[in-house]
Amino acid sequence: MTEQIAEPEVGRSRLRKEDARLVTGQTNWTDNINVNGLLHLAILRSPMAHARIDRIDVAPARERPGVVAAFTGQDLAEGLGSLPCAWPVTEDIVLPDHPPIAVDEVRYAGDPVAVVVARDRYAAADALEAVEVDYTPLPPVLDLEAALAEDSPLVHSDKGTNRCYVWPLATGESYAAVRERADVVLKRRYLQQRLIPNAMEPRAVVVTPLAASGEYTVYSATQIPHILRIMLAVVTGIPEQKLRVIAPDVGGGFGSKLQVYGEEALALAVARRLGRPVKWTESRSEGYLATHHGRGMIQDIEIAATSEGRLLGLKVDLLADMGAYLMLVTPGIPILGAFMYPAIYKMDAYDFTCTGVFTTKTPTDAYRGAGRPEATYAIERIMDELAVELDLDPIELRRLNWIRHEEFPYTSIAGLTYDSGNYEAATDKALALFGYDKLRAEQADRNRRGDLVRLGIGVSTFTEMCGLAPSRVLRDLRYAAGGWEAASIRMLPTGKVEVVTGTSPHGQGHVTCWSQIAADVLGVPFEDIEVVHGDTRAAPQGMDTYGSRSLVVGGAAVHHAAQKVVEKARKVAAHLLEASEHDLEFTHGVFSVKGSPEARRTIQEVAFETFSSHDLPDGMEPTINAEHLVDPDNFSYPHGTHLCAVEVDTETGLTTIRSYVCVDDVGSVINPMIVEGQVHGGVAQGIAQALYEEAVYDDEGNLVSGTMADYLVPSAADLPEFVTDRTETPATSNPLGSKGVGESGTIASTPAVVNAIVDALRPLGVTEVRMPCTPQRVWEALRSARAADGSVRSGEEASA
Amino acid sequence: MTRISVKVDGTAYEDEVEPRLLLVHYLRDHLGLTGTPIGCDTSNCGACTVDLDGETVKSCSVLAVQADGSEVTTIQGLAHDGEWHALQKAFHERHALQCGYCTPGMIMAARDLLRENPAPGPQEVREALEGNLCRCTGYQNIVRAVLAASGQEVSS
Amino acid sequence: MIPPAFDYVRPASVDEAVRTLADAGEDAKVLAGGQSLLPLLRLRLAFPELVVDVGRIPELRGIREDAGTLVIGAMTSHHDVIRDPLVRRHAGLLAAATATVADPAVRHRGTLGGSLAHADPAGDLPAVVLALDATLIAVGPDGQRAIPAREFFVDYLQTALRPDELLVRVEIPSTEGWGFHYEKFQRVAQAWAVVGVAALVRRDDGHLAESRIGLTNMGSTPLRATSTEAALTGADAEPGAVARAAEAAAEGTHPSSDPSGSPEYRAHLARVLTRRAVLAALE
Repeated sequence: MTEQIAEPEVGRSRLRKEDARLVTGQTNWTDNINVNGLLHLAILRSPMAHARIDRIDVAPARERPGVVAAFTGQDLAEGLGSLPCAWPVTEDIVLPDHPPIAVDEVRYAGDPVAVVVARDRYAAADALEAVEVDYTPLPPVLDLEAALAEDSPLVHSDKGTNRCYVWPLATGESYAAVRERADVVLKRRYLQQRLIPNAMEPRAVVVTPLAASGEYTVYSATQIPHILRIMLAVVTGIPEQKLRVIAPDVGGGFGSKLQVYGEEALALAVARRLGRPVKWTESRSEGYLATHHGRGMIQDIEIAATSEGRLLGLKVDLLADMGAYLMLVTPGIPILGAFMYPAIYKMDAYDFTCTGVFTTKTPTDAYRGAGRPEATYAIERIMDELAVELDLDPIELRRLNWIRHEEFPYTSIAGLTYDSGNYEAATDKALALFGYDKLRAEQADRNRRGDLVRLGIGVSTFTEMCGLAPSRVLRDLRYAAGGWEAASIRMLPTGKVEVVTGTSPHGQGHVTCWSQIAADVLGVPFEDIEVVHGDTRAAPQGMDTYGSRSLVVGGAAVHHAAQKVVEKARKVAAHLLEASEHDLEFTHGVFSVKGSPEARRTIQEVAFETFSSHDLPDGMEPTINAEHLVDPDNFSYPHGTHLCAVEVDTETGLTTIRSYVCVDDVGSVINPMIVEGQVHGGVAQGIAQALYEEAVYDDEGNLVSGTMADYLVPSAADLPEFVTDRTETPATSNPLGSKGVGESGTIASTPAVVNAIVDALRPLGVTEVRMPCTPQRVWEALRSARAADGSVRSGEEASA
Repeated sequence: MTRISVKVDGTAYEDEVEPRLLLVHYLRDHLGLTGTPIGCDTSNCGACTVDLDGETVKSCSVLAVQADGSEVTTIQGLAHDGEWHALQKAFHERHALQCGYCTPGMIMAARDLLRENPAPGPQEVREALEGNLCRCTGYQNIVRAVLAASGQEVSS
Repeated sequence: MIPPAFDYVRPASVDEAVRTLADAGEDAKVLAGGQSLLPLLRLRLAFPELVVDVGRIPELRGIREDAGTLVIGAMTSHHDVIRDPLVRRHAGLLAAATATVADPAVRHRGTLGGSLAHADPAGDLPAVVLALDATLIAVGPDGQRAIPAREFFVDYLQTALRPDELLVRVEIPSTEGWGFHYEKFQRVAQAWAVVGVAALVRRDDGHLAESRIGLTNMGSTPLRATSTEAALTGADAEPGAVARAAEAAAEGTHPSSDPSGSPEYRAHLARVLTRRAVLAALE
C-alpha cells in the first residue's frame, strides 16, 4: 500500500520539482534540440526604420557554401498570411496587414527582409552578408504627438493616419462637473519609456516536418503553445490538426513570449517548402529589434480633490506607442491599464481616453504587468504630488481615500468589483517593517543639515486586476478568445497521477504547485504526481500562461478536476465496499465506511480496480479520470504596500536604494517560497524601469540601446535586499483563495522608487524626474530647480 | 580548420574546428553539451560561464582553439556519482532559480568565488556575480544560496 | 551572433608573432585575452583576415620589479594584476582600478596589454597608465621601442602601435608611498565608466608635492587633468584647496554624448569625481 500523507501540501514551501534538471544542465531549451538534417535559418533585417525595398536579390547568398535556400518576402508571400492581432479594441481600429517578412516596405529597424537556410548557423550567418538589398529611405515616425499631426509622415500610407484607435471610458459623474467643485486640480505628464523584456533565454523555434503526411511539430520558446497552434494554422493554412506545438523548457517570458512571431511562421513556411527540419535562434542583439517591447506611453493625468484631500475625480489621456504593427494583443495592453488608474481609491468621476499610435519602431506588446504598471505609476506619482499640494503625509492621503476593508466587495469607479482586500493591514505592516517614522525623522535631519546625500521615502499602495480572465468580460473588451483554463487528471493503474494542465510554465514552478494542489485533494503523495504541460498533443486544451492567470484559473481547474476524480472514485469505492456513497468518508486518500474504519479502500486501489474494470458499478464508464475547465467570473485583485528609501547624491545625481519593504496580499498561498521569489523578481524589474532601463532610439529610428552592453539590465551588485512580508485576504473568485503574484512586484515597485527620488529632492525644488531616473536626469532636474530659484510649488515640471 | 584537443567534464576530445568557432558553440553544437546556454552576444549575461583550467570564463568570448590543450568543466560536470555539488544543492534548497536559464553560469561563477573566498559576505557575493544576469529572481535567493553553500548561516 | 571567418596562428614567441604580423600587414589582428575583440567579432564590427593569438607566449606574462620600475608582461591577466604583491606595492592605483574592470570571468581572460592596445577611452586602464606615467614597450621587425603612455593613445581605439608591432610589456615607475584612488562612476556594476578619475598624490607634510590625474571617458583618448594637477602642486592637502583645484578638471576635455551622459554632465562629473578621488587618495 502506498504511504499516505497527513500534513496539507498547500501552504508549504515545497522545494521545486523543476530544479533537478535545471541545476545539473540537463535542460531542454529549444536551441538544444537537434535532429538529423536540421537546417539553420538566419534572417536579414532592415537596417532602417522606414524604407521602400526597391530591389532584393538573394541569389548570391544561395551560392555561398553550405547554403540550401534563400528567400525574399515575395518568395514566401504565397501561403503566409498576416500575423494576427487578437485584440482589435474598437470597431473602427486601423488594422494594418502584417506580413511575417516584409515584401515591399520595411517599417522598423529589424523588420525581416530575407531568410537564408544553411547547414549550420555559421554558414547561415555568413550568407546573410551576400544578400543584396536596395532601399529608398522613407521618413521615420518616432514621436507620438508629432505622429498625430496632420502633416506627419505615415507608417502605413494606405491607412491615411497614424492613429490606430481611440478608446474612451467615462464612468460615474461627469468629470467636468466634479472638477468644477474641486478645491484642487493637479495635472501632470508622465512618460513611460519603452522597455525590452530580456527573458534570459533568447527566442528560438525548431520545426520538424513529416512531409508525406503534412504534419509539423513546432518547438518554440513560447508562453502560449495552444494559442500559437491555432494562430499558425490560420497564418500558414496548415490544418490545425496537423500542427503540434511544444514549448520545451522555456527560459523566462515576462510577456515577451506571449506572442505569435513572424519567425515562428517563417520557420514553419520554410520547413514546409523544403520538407526539412529547420531551426532559428535569435541572438540577444537581434532580439532587441525583433522581440516585442513593452510600455511606451505618454500619460496626461489630472486629479481633482477637495481641500481636505478627498478625491473627486480622475482624468487620464493616454498616447500609447503601438510600434509599426499590431501584434497579438498590442492594442489591448493600455486597455488593461484603463481600469487600474483609479487603483484602490474611491472617487466620483473617472474619464479615460487612450489613443493608439503607430510609429516606425519595434512593435510593443505585453511586458510584465502590461498596462497595469503604467497605470499604477501615474496614479501613485500624482497621489504623492497631491499630498504635497495639500500638505498631507502621502500615507495619510491614501488612507483618506482608499476602500476600507469592511467595504468589500466594492465596485470601483472604473467598474471592477474588487472582491476582497485589506489595504489598512498591509500598509500598517509595511510601515512597521520599514521604520517609517524613524526614516522620516532622519530625512528631516538631513534636510536641515543640507546634506549632499538626501534621503527620500517613496510609497506605493497598489492593486491590480489579474487572473485573466472572465470570457464574457473579454468579449466586451473585444478580445478574440476566452479566458478559461483546462486541467485533467489521469489516475494511473499503479496509483500514480498525471496532472495535465493548459498552462505553460517558464520558470513559475507550476509543476510543484499543481502537485501540491492535486496532492491535497486526491490525498496522494506530492512525489507521486507528475504535471504534463506545454505540448498541444499531451495537454491538448489550454489558454496558456500570462497575466498572472495560471494559478487562479489553471490551478483552480486542477483543484476542480481533482475533486471530480474523488467523486468518481467514491462511486467505485462504495461499490467495492458494498456501502452507500453517503456512508463513505474520504480523508488523506482513503475511502472508509463511517463507523467501520477497517472497511477502506485507498484512492490508488480504486485506480487499479478501475483500470482492471473487473468489478465496477453497473453502467459505469471504466475511468475515474476527470477533466475540468474553469471560466472565472471575476478577475482577482492582489494588492499591497511597497515602501522604498533611497539616497540621492545631489552632486552626481546617483540614486542608491537603501531599503525596500513590500507587504503583498496575494490571497491564500500555495507555496510561500515560490511567492516570495516571484515578488523578488517582480520588484527587481520594476526597480529596473525606475532606474536603469530604456530602449533608446536616435532621430533616424535606430535602436541605440541595441545590445546588452547598452541596455542596462541590473545585476546582483545593483539591487538591494528586499524585505518581504504578506497579509492574506483570500480571493472569493476561486476555490483556492489565491489572487496571483507574477506581476504585482513589477506593478508596485516603480512608483515607490520614483516617489522616493522626488521626495528626496523636493526640498531642493525638484518635482519630477523622468524615468529611468539616470544620474544625469537627476542632476539636470536639480540644476533646473536651482535655475528656477526654488519655486517648489509653482507646479512647473522640472525639465528632466 | 585547426586541430584541438580538449578535455571537457573529464572526457578527452580531439576535433578539427574552424578557428572562429566559439567555445560555447563547440560545447553545444559539436559535443552536444547543451547544459551551457547562450544569453547574449556581448559577454554581459554570463549564462555561458564555464571553468577553463581552474578559472571561470564566458565561453561565448573564448574561441575553441584557445581552449586547445585545456580542461573545461561545465555545469554538467559538477555532480559526482549522482551527488550534487554544494552549490547545486543550495540553489535548489534556497529557491535560487526560477526559469533556470542563468543557473549554470551563476553556479559556475559562484564556485569560482568560493574557491577564492570561502566565506564571502553578502556584498562580496553580489559583486562576484556582477557579470551574471538573472531576470527572474531579483538575485536575493541566489545570494542566500551562495552564502549557504559556503557553510554560512543565512536567514531565510 | 557569429564571428566572420578568419585564419588563425598561435606563435610561440614574440619574434614569431612579430614576423607573422609583418607578413600579414593591415589585415591581421592580435588576439590577447579576447574580451574586447571577441564581442566585436561576434557583432561583426571587425573583419580581420588573420587572428594572431599571443596567448601562449610565456615571455609576455609575469610581473617583476627592476630597480624601482614595475614591469608587467602585456599578457598578464587582470586577475593576476589585482592580486600581485609587487603591483600592490608599486602601483596600487593599477591594482585598485583593475579590480573595477568588467566582472571576474572577464578579468580572468582580459589582459593589461590587451586593454591598453584596444585603447577604448571608456576603458579604465588607459587613464590609469597615463596617470602612472607608464612606458609601453613594443617590439617590431626593427626591434624594441619605448612609447610613453602620453604618446601611446592616439585617438578613439587607436594607438601609436604600428600594424607590425606587438605590445610586450608595460613599465611603471614605482609610486610606492603615494596616495592613490580610482573613482569610477557607472550606472550599473558591469557598465563602462560614464567618467572615471585616476588620482595619484604625493604628500610633503601638509602639502601636495605632486599629483597626477588621469581621466577616463572624457575624450577620444584618456587624458590628464593638467590644470588641476598644476593647481594642486604645492597646495594645502585640505578639502577646500582640493575642491578649488578640481574645478579645472574638465578643462581641455572633449567628452562624447550617449544615453548615460551629455558632454556637459560628463564635465560636471569630472570635477566632482576629481575632487573625490584626490581627497580619497590623500586619506
